[in-house]
Amino acid sequence: MTRWMIAAAAAALALTTSWAQAQEVKVGVALPYTGIGAEFAQLVDRGMELYLKLNADKVKPYKITLIKRDVKDPGGANAKIAVQELLTQDNVDILAGWIYSPNAIASAPIVSAGKKLAVIMNAGTAHITNMSPYYVRTSFSMWHAGYAMGEAAAKLLNAKTAVVGYTDFPPGKDSLAAFKKSFEAVGGKVIDEIPMGGAGAVPDFTPFFQRAKDKKPDVFFVFVPAGDHAAAVVKTYAALGMRDAGIKLIGPGDITQDTKLQAMGAAAVGLITMHHYHADLDIPENKRFVEAWKKEYGAATTPDFMAVGGYDGMAAIVHVVQTLRGKIDADKALEALKGWKFASPRGPISIDPVTRDIVMNEYLSEAVMKDGRVFQKVIGKIDGVKDACKEQKIGPCAGK
Amino acid sequence: MIAGVDIASMLLGGVAAGMVLFIVSVGLSVTMGLMGFVNLAHGGFAMLGGYAIALAMKHWGFGFVSALVFGFVVTAAASAVLERLLYARLYGADELDQVLFTIGLVFMIIASVTLLIGPENQPLALPSFLRGQINLGIIQYRAYSVVLIAIGIVIVGALWLGFERTRLGAQIRAAVDNRRMAESLGINIARLFTITFAFGSGMAALGGGLGAEFLGLDPQYALKYLVYFLIVVAVGGLGRVTGVFYAALLIGVLDFALKKYVPQGGTAFIYALTILLLLWRPQGLFGAKAT
Repeated sequence: MTRWMIAAAAAALALTTSWAQAQEVKVGVALPYTGIGAEFAQLVDRGMELYLKLNADKVKPYKITLIKRDVKDPGGANAKIAVQELLTQDNVDILAGWIYSPNAIASAPIVSAGKKLAVIMNAGTAHITNMSPYYVRTSFSMWHAGYAMGEAAAKLLNAKTAVVGYTDFPPGKDSLAAFKKSFEAVGGKVIDEIPMGGAGAVPDFTPFFQRAKDKKPDVFFVFVPAGDHAAAVVKTYAALGMRDAGIKLIGPGDITQDTKLQAMGAAAVGLITMHHYHADLDIPENKRFVEAWKKEYGAATTPDFMAVGGYDGMAAIVHVVQTLRGKIDADKALEALKGWKFASPRGPISIDPVTRDIVMNEYLSEAVMKDGRVFQKVIGKIDGVKDACKEQKIGPCAGK
Repeated sequence: MIAGVDIASMLLGGVAAGMVLFIVSVGLSVTMGLMGFVNLAHGGFAMLGGYAIALAMKHWGFGFVSALVFGFVVTAAASAVLERLLYARLYGADELDQVLFTIGLVFMIIASVTLLIGPENQPLALPSFLRGQINLGIIQYRAYSVVLIAIGIVIVGALWLGFERTRLGAQIRAAVDNRRMAESLGINIARLFTITFAFGSGMAALGGGLGAEFLGLDPQYALKYLVYFLIVVAVGGLGRVTGVFYAALLIGVLDFALKKYVPQGGTAFIYALTILLLLWRPQGLFGAKAT
């Protein structure tokens, strides 16, 4: 009697498991849930979860299960271990995440060996997508903003000279290269390049900014990771009186990350950034997105470009799941995403079929005071921007 | 070609950074010298104090100065409780045990702050009269740095007087130099240590608040600046207020100058210099020779 019952229960269990397998798609998420990247991980995570919540009917009849792993730091080693565990222990169908470029770079061989679609939701070093054929990026490349900004600085802001300050890790060097390439192509001159410490900890920026100030450039182009680095940059810029010295602070939108912007207050006013997203964009999809975000996570919170990277990345994953009817094969998934178009909160986006990188609009914005809050006013827009590094096959982007 | 204004701005920036290092580290030096206790959680107290100050200003309507006092008192009180409950049990223990205990405490502080308050940086808005630029005649400079230098000088002066001219100070000096002899003369070392520990933690809290403008305030604070605090103590020598002061200024200015003029390697130089210095003088630049 007992034996029979156990057998029946086992059979029932086996049945439900096999039924669930046909329905369930496991997405392994590699994000720095603790440590310095924790707040970025939360933004991307919330972006992903929000897409799933708002589009529950688009996911049906399939079930997407997120298996989240903490990659802890920007060092690379822990990310590699986490991705390996997701592939070998959790047998995930799709990989997603990556805040920091070094982590995506370190994970690339594992992703290639594991042969699973891997959606990069933030890491922005341009050549990462060349490092594994399974990488697809829904965030941005440093060249999107950096290259566009170089041209805009010379043409729109009439800058002749620039100093570039950057956090000394791959996307920082990338941002420097992108800005320099386009700024000097239209007649500008980068007169000093200042590495400003690593991504792992926020340095005191005073000595670096003092150096930049002494060089008296027209514009000071800064790339630092968004978040606390950015908040410190804006504070130091104001405290050293660089604006009064006639030096404009410009950069990719990392320095005016929405989540930090209001705390910067008046110090942020006048900052000019080139980026693909900020929460003030006047686009219907964005209005709905911001509203849903505030409803879900609280009126005091705001989405930002990282949240959108996660949101759009999850949209891409849902598209793959639907196209392949829940049976995820990496090569077919890549086919499904090549040329995929989506009405994102940042405007229309698509995945470039050749480079698997995102194509999107870039917005030139200026921070102004409006109704007692810092508002990012769009003062220019470039449609359908591709990653210039891979377009022009520069340096490490020259690979296949 | 380096102009005089450049040097002035470098000195001001470096000395201001040094003052923060001094205010945070002085307590660490004294407690290490007094009890031989390696308190790696000292940076954690600086961070907790900084948080208390930032939160008091943000949520409870404190002004900057009253928040600093609040942070000092709260952190000193909390550390005194911890000292009696936990630290006191480990005074006779191996250095390894002490290090393991205090580094464990650091991790617990980091995790608790992340859990309760969140992983993000706490903005600490300076009052408007401390922001912006100040005209020093030869040079326009960041007002807050100048104020910080003034505060640092007042504090080092007060501490020096307290150490050299009061009975408590004399007791501390006696205990640092020769604990057994001090004990046999009837000085209550345990009580003395609780007082200095609490005071040192309070100073660290003050440093956490005053330095937030440069160092920021996030849960990783407790670990990421610990190395700097330890360098200052190692270079300055144990249990020496003036030694720590000179060391903090030296490290502050050197670090600032190297970052400004050699940013490619500036962050690494300071560690290399410290190693060389300690090879040459293991007791620190200003410390007495070990007996």
